[in-house]
Amino acid sequence: MISMLDILTSDLLRYPLIIAVLIGLTAPVVGTYLVQKRLSLLGDGLGHVALTGVAVGWLVGAWLAATPADLLAIPGALAASVIGAVLIEYVREISHTSRDVALAILFYGGIAGGVVIIQLAGGTSQNLMGYLFGSLSTVTRLDTVIALVLAVVVLAIGVGLSGLLAAVTADDEFARAAGLPVRTVNILIAVMAALTVTLSMRIVGALMVSALMIVPVAAAQHLVVGFARTMRTAMVIAVLCAVGGLLITVYVDLPPGGVIVLLTIAVYVAALVVRSLLAARRSRPAGGPGPTAADAAPVAARGPSHR
Amino acid sequence: MSAGDGAGDGPVVEIVGASVSRAGQRVLHDIDLSIERGELVALLGANGSGKSTLLRAAVGVLPLESGTAHLLGRPVSQGRAHDGLGYVPQESADTGSIPATARETVASGLLSARRWWPSARDPRVDAALEAVGMADLAGRPITRMSGGQRRRVMIARALVREPELLVLDEPFSGVDVPTQQLIADLFRELSARGTTLLVVLHETGPLTDDISRAVVLDHGRMVHDGPVSERPHLDPGHGHPEDAAPLDECLGQEIHPA
Repeated sequence: MISMLDILTSDLLRYPLIIAVLIGLTAPVVGTYLVQKRLSLLGDGLGHVALTGVAVGWLVGAWLAATPADLLAIPGALAASVIGAVLIEYVREISHTSRDVALAILFYGGIAGGVVIIQLAGGTSQNLMGYLFGSLSTVTRLDTVIALVLAVVVLAIGVGLSGLLAAVTADDEFARAAGLPVRTVNILIAVMAALTVTLSMRIVGALMVSALMIVPVAAAQHLVVGFARTMRTAMVIAVLCAVGGLLITVYVDLPPGGVIVLLTIAVYVAALVVRSLLAARRSRPAGGPGPTAADAAPVAARGPSHR
Repeated sequence: MSAGDGAGDGPVVEIVGASVSRAGQRVLHDIDLSIERGELVALLGANGSGKSTLLRAAVGVLPLESGTAHLLGRPVSQGRAHDGLGYVPQESADTGSIPATARETVASGLLSARRWWPSARDPRVDAALEAVGMADLAGRPITRMSGGQRRRVMIARALVREPELLVLDEPFSGVDVPTQQLIADLFRELSARGTTLLVVLHETGPLTDDISRAVVLDHGRMVHDGPVSERPHLDPGHGHPEDAAPLDECLGQEIHPA
C-alpha cells in the first residue's frame, strides 16, 4: 500500500500532484471567461494545436539530438498554442464569419499536423498518445517548473485583472465606450487559455484539457450566483477533482486524465441535483396560497428529487 | 469632478461631417452635432433612422467612415476621451452566460483606460446603487431582475464614473411608469448639477419639459436641430398621432419591429 508520505516524497508522484493543483487553480479561471464569452470550445481547439507543437518540439529535438527525445515537446506545445490563440483572435476580429468554422479548422489542422510531423521526427503516433490522453509517467522536473511559471502568469492575469476581464467579456459595448483595452483583453484571455492547455496536457491530455476549464464552471453556476463567486467555487471544485482523481490513479491503475474529467462531471451532476432539490423546496412556500398536489406534481417530476 | 481638466470651455460633444456605414450600406450621412456643457439633448427619430448608430459612433463603439468626433475636447479614439463619459447602451439580449450581480456590474463602471482594478466595495458603488433605488438588490444577479431594475443598474454603472457627459440609448424602453419617473427625476437632478446629457428617446415622455434641444434624424440624415416644440413629425410607423397618445399607452410594449 502506498502511503501519503510516499506520494509526497517520490518525485514520480510529487511532480504530477503539484501540476494537478496548478491545473485545478488555473483551468477554471480561464474557463470562466470562455464560458462568459461563449467560447467553450476554444480550449479544445488549442489542445489540438498544442499537439502539433509537441510534434514540432520532437522534430527540433531530433535535429539537436536532444535527450530525452521529447525534451522540447512542452516548449513546442507552448509556442504552438500561443500562436494558435493569437491567430484565432485575429481571425475572429478581421473576419466576421462564423468562428466555429475557424475552430473546426484548428481542430483538424492540429491533429493532422501532429501525426504527420511526429512521423517526420522519426516517431510514431504512439508517441503522441501520452499527450492526447495524459499520463503520469512522463512528468519531469522541467515540466513541473514550466507548469509553475505558466500558472503564476495565468493567475496573475486571470485573477489579478478579473474586474477588467469580467467587464469586457460581459459587455463589449460598454467596455469600448469606457475606453477599456478590449482587444488586449481578448488576446490575454486567448493566451491564458493557451498557457493552461500547455500546463495541463501532460496529465489530463490534449483531448480532455478543456473539460477542466468548462465543467467546474458549469457546476459552480448551479451552486452560486455572481461572477467572482462562480470563479472561486469552480476553482475549489477543480482542485479537489484534479488532486482526487490523481490520487485515485495512484492506487488503481487508471488513466489520470479520464478519471479527473469523470470526477468533474460527477460534481456537475451532483450540483444539478442539489440545485433541483433547493428549487423544489423554495417553490413550495412561494407557490401561492395552498398549491394543490396537481399543481406541484410537474415541478417535482422535473427534478431528480421525486420520491 | 475634473472641472477644467483639459476639456476647457469648448463643446462637450463635437461631431463634424460624420458618416457611418454598416455592412456596406451607409446609415449615417454627414452629421454635424455640437453639444455645450449642461445641455440636455434628445436624439429622436423613427426606428432605423440612425439615432442609435449616431450615439454609438459618438462614444467610439462604432468607427466613423468619414468625419471626426470629439468628446470633452479629445478625439474619441483616445482613451482619456472616455474618462468623463458615462454610457448606457440599449438593453442587450446577451449579458453573458455568467450573470454578474448588480454590485459587480456597477463596480465595472469604475474601470477606465488607466484604471484596471475596480473594487466592488468602493463606497461610490453603493452611492450609485442608492441613487437609482437599487441598493436593496445589490447582491442579485442582473438576469434575475425585471427590465426596469436592470435598466437602473446599467444607469448606476454609468453614474459611478461621476460622468461629465451621460449618454443613454432609450433609457425608458421596457420600463414601468414609476421607474420612468424615478429615472427622469434623476436626469433633472444631474442636469441641474451641470452634467451634460445626450439621450436617444423614442418618445420625449416624462422629459418633454426638460429637453433643451431636440435633434431629429430621418433615414440617416439630420432633419431638425432646435426646440422640441418645433420638431417635424416624421414618425409614420407607429399608428398614433404625435403628442396625442399619452405616454402610458406606449408603455410595456417593446416597439422594435425586427
